Amino acid sequence: MKAGVITFPGSNCDDDVSDSLKKLGGFEVEKLWHKDTPDLSSFSLIVLPGGFSYGDYLRCGAMAARSPIMEKVREFADLGGYVIGICNGFQILCESGLLPGALAKNLNLNFICKDLVVKVETNESPWTRSIQRGEPLSLPIAHGEGRFVIDDVGYQEMVKNSQVILTYQENPNGSIHNIAGICNKTKNVFGLMPHPERASDLRSHDGLKIWNSLKTQLGLVT
Amino acid sequence: MKARVHIFYKDSVFDPQGNTVEDSLKKLGFAKVKNLRIGRVIDMELDYSTKEEAKREVAKMCDKLLANPVIESFKHEILDS
Repeated sequence: MKAGVITFPGSNCDDDVSDSLKKLGGFEVEKLWHKDTPDLSSFSLIVLPGGFSYGDYLRCGAMAARSPIMEKVREFADLGGYVIGICNGFQILCESGLLPGALAKNLNLNFICKDLVVKVETNESPWTRSIQRGEPLSLPIAHGEGRFVIDDVGYQEMVKNSQVILTYQENPNGSIHNIAGICNKTKNVFGLMPHPERASDLRSHDGLKIWNSLKTQLGLVT
Repeated sequence: MKARVHIFYKDSVFDPQGNTVEDSLKKLGFAKVKNLRIGRVIDMELDYSTKEEAKREVAKMCDKLLANPVIESFKHEILDS
């Protein structure tokens, strides 16, 4: 199965996430360049990796969200394709309107880089289907603008559709309702601030639970 | 002609920078400061023939890229020069 990892200028987790996916097995990983507009129909997964696309100029993810490849990602997502945005990738998904809300500066204005615990709010999603609801996952974060913001109407809508996937046990950045990761209404697009690809080895492996859920969803694990 | 765009977090979005600076000003004795917000100013030169057209286009730029309507509000002006 093919997974595409998009590199924007300033992405720096593209190799990490490619590596994790290769080690997982089942995925043939292809790197994609933001300026290209490839046919994505042969892909099973598109990854928007972490980093500092366009140097975080203007707003994190703002320019990357307007890259040529994002139109293709939108078409891919509209057809039900699986898209995951990690950290800067999450910011790009919100900026592009593929996910609701936005990510603002951390409340304490610090760049926070540490391991923390997130809780799985629902396992009725392709991204968490092999994880118990309420299960704590230890995952690292590394961001300066991860405070999820959405108005109350938007939040209620997300709750109604079970779009809140991960919440922080201890809120590091001031995200409303401790939100760490959300998906779209149809649940095929997932954005999260923590880095599952940095927790996919022997030292720290809770990120594997997310990848394995997706593999189950894709029929790569029975 | 020139245009200037001002972008701020919406009032409903907490601005930690503004809040911190406001606190500092208060500590310096400026007790009457309140609601300090820090935003961003973008200046540009434009080559449109009328002010109206420039205004319309700058508004489109704000909608499409310069501001994020989920968390930010913007004002724009055409400067005489």
